[in-house]
Amino acid sequence: SSQVVWDTLGNRQFCSYKITTKTQNFCRNEYNLTGLCNRSSCPLANSQYATIREEKGRCYLYMKTIERAAFPRRLWERVLLSKNYEKALEEIDENLIYWPRFIRHKCKQRFTKITQYLIRIRKLTLKRQRKLVPLRRKIERREKRREEKALIAAQLDNAIEKELLERLKQDTYGDIYNFPIHAFDKALQQQDAESESESDAEKEEEDDEDMDKREFVEADDSDLSDFEDMDKLETSSEEEEEVEKKASHSKSKGKTPLKGPARRKRPYIEIEYEEETEPATKTKAT
Amino acid sequence: GGSGPVGSAAGDGAPPAPGRVLFPPTFSVSEIKNKQRRHFMFLRWKQQQRKEKLAAKKKRRKEREALGDKAPPKAIPKTIENQRVYDETTVDPNDEEVAFDEATDEFAPYFNRQTVPKILITTSDRPRGRTVRFCEQLSTVIPNSHVYYRRGLALKRIIPQCIARDFTDLIVINEDRKIPNGLLLSHLPDGPTAHFRMSSVRLRKEIKRKGKEPTEHVPEVILNNFTTRLGHSVGRMFASLFPHDPQFIGRQVATFHNQRDYIFFRFHRYIFKSEKKVGIQELGPRFTLKLRSLQKGTFDSKFGEYEWVHKRREMDTNRRKFHL
Repeated sequence: SSQVVWDTLGNRQFCSYKITTKTQNFCRNEYNLTGLCNRSSCPLANSQYATIREEKGRCYLYMKTIERAAFPRRLWERVLLSKNYEKALEEIDENLIYWPRFIRHKCKQRFTKITQYLIRIRKLTLKRQRKLVPLRRKIERREKRREEKALIAAQLDNAIEKELLERLKQDTYGDIYNFPIHAFDKALQQQDAESESESDAEKEEEDDEDMDKREFVEADDSDLSDFEDMDKLETSSEEEEEVEKKASHSKSKGKTPLKGPARRKRPYIEIEYEEETEPATKTKAT
Repeated sequence: GGSGPVGSAAGDGAPPAPGRVLFPPTFSVSEIKNKQRRHFMFLRWKQQQRKEKLAAKKKRRKEREALGDKAPPKAIPKTIENQRVYDETTVDPNDEEVAFDEATDEFAPYFNRQTVPKILITTSDRPRGRTVRFCEQLSTVIPNSHVYYRRGLALKRIIPQCIARDFTDLIVINEDRKIPNGLLLSHLPDGPTAHFRMSSVRLRKEIKRKGKEPTEHVPEVILNNFTTRLGHSVGRMFASLFPHDPQFIGRQVATFHNQRDYIFFRFHRYIFKSEKKVGIQELGPRFTLKLRSLQKGTFDSKFGEYEWVHKRREMDTNRRKFHL
């Protein structure tokens, strides 16, 4: 009757365990010895059959005989094989004595392969395992979007420049960067700190004087006296401008970089004027 | 019911002028069943809103001009940084406890100038070309660093060897699908281990207008925006990678800028054009990091004691709460 089974299932009609590919037929049955769909390896079409299967790292020998063909529950007899390779091979030989050579040989081959892959599993688990972490698309997209927005909000270039300028101000670079204007401003600021109170009082007086003087100048012709007054006008206005500029310097730190040098040139020149005109006024006064 | 007669009044092809028809106050544009009419009404409503908004703006501007100096100050627009949930672990600069902690933690020997940083850079198994080149560039950026090829060695075995050879820090760059995507930074003699997710890695050749290669000078370090306690410790970790005394002649600066929990790394060369103006030119690779976990000891994924772990369910829900 095994021949009948093979004629129907194996060759002609449908077998649910059979997988056909271009070159070969495979058998998906879990009791199959070789995995191919052959007359000699089909567990359904052979009434006397044996396989090796492993469960949880232990190998078992499964046997099927004709006597038990009527009892599907007791069909497959299971024998536990020892962990020792050679002993297990002997056990296979013992159990399958008087069985066809093909089945015995294939059983031993299968057992060898199984032990080899079990050894490999044990070795790999000791080594470093690569952990695969699944990516979640929604989360990846969200992170990317947040990163872009954070980048825009960060304004990195500005932040770095600001930090560097701060460090320059706090003299972390010491004497490397010799910006004379910087030192000059510092000196000026010190001077201002000393003469601030004086200049405040002077400012108010000068304002009134200037107003009067301006009116006076416009009305009269140019005389020596007027020339004196005009000088005084210039000096006072210069002083005022200087004070204002220093105030503006201290307030607007980074706002006028370009006007800076142009502005800073003025104090240089004006001081020279002061020096020149001061003796002149003195002489004229006397 | 109520919208029936209204609908018929409103619909004769072209709806009548808005002045004539008065809809009951509970009417909304979305109740009209006809799509064309609904769309038309919606557009009209939108135009009206825009007009009102413009009128309100003009009025406000006029009022502001009229008041002149006495006008109330302009409202500051809300940004995420403004609205950030106040983190209770924010470090106060004058906090004594924090100062004491920092004097006695694992970076104290570095900050007391007792140790010189020596860094080992390596990758995960079988690195692809991009990762290898990134490692090389990173080693030029960080002085006193060495790149070693990882040949399937277990980290747990590498770490004692590194400690024996006097390395102070270990950087492992993890690779996935031919691009680097993770960074593990471990301070070696028993120090904390930080695991970052790395993104937008740009090698030197991909940066536009880059300058020449970074020189051997020790760069300065800028750490921006590390405010909380956790941020502070991460910042110190980064600072301990670089030797303590920067060489200002080199004019190079490495920046770690934290913004909304993303740490941006940039490497620039700067020049002071005047006292108020500085020009920077980007050399060197750039990448962004996001902290995933901070562990107390050296790398140990199973038995390590985690100081901080990013928990997505709890920490990602609030858009105004940041941890660094």
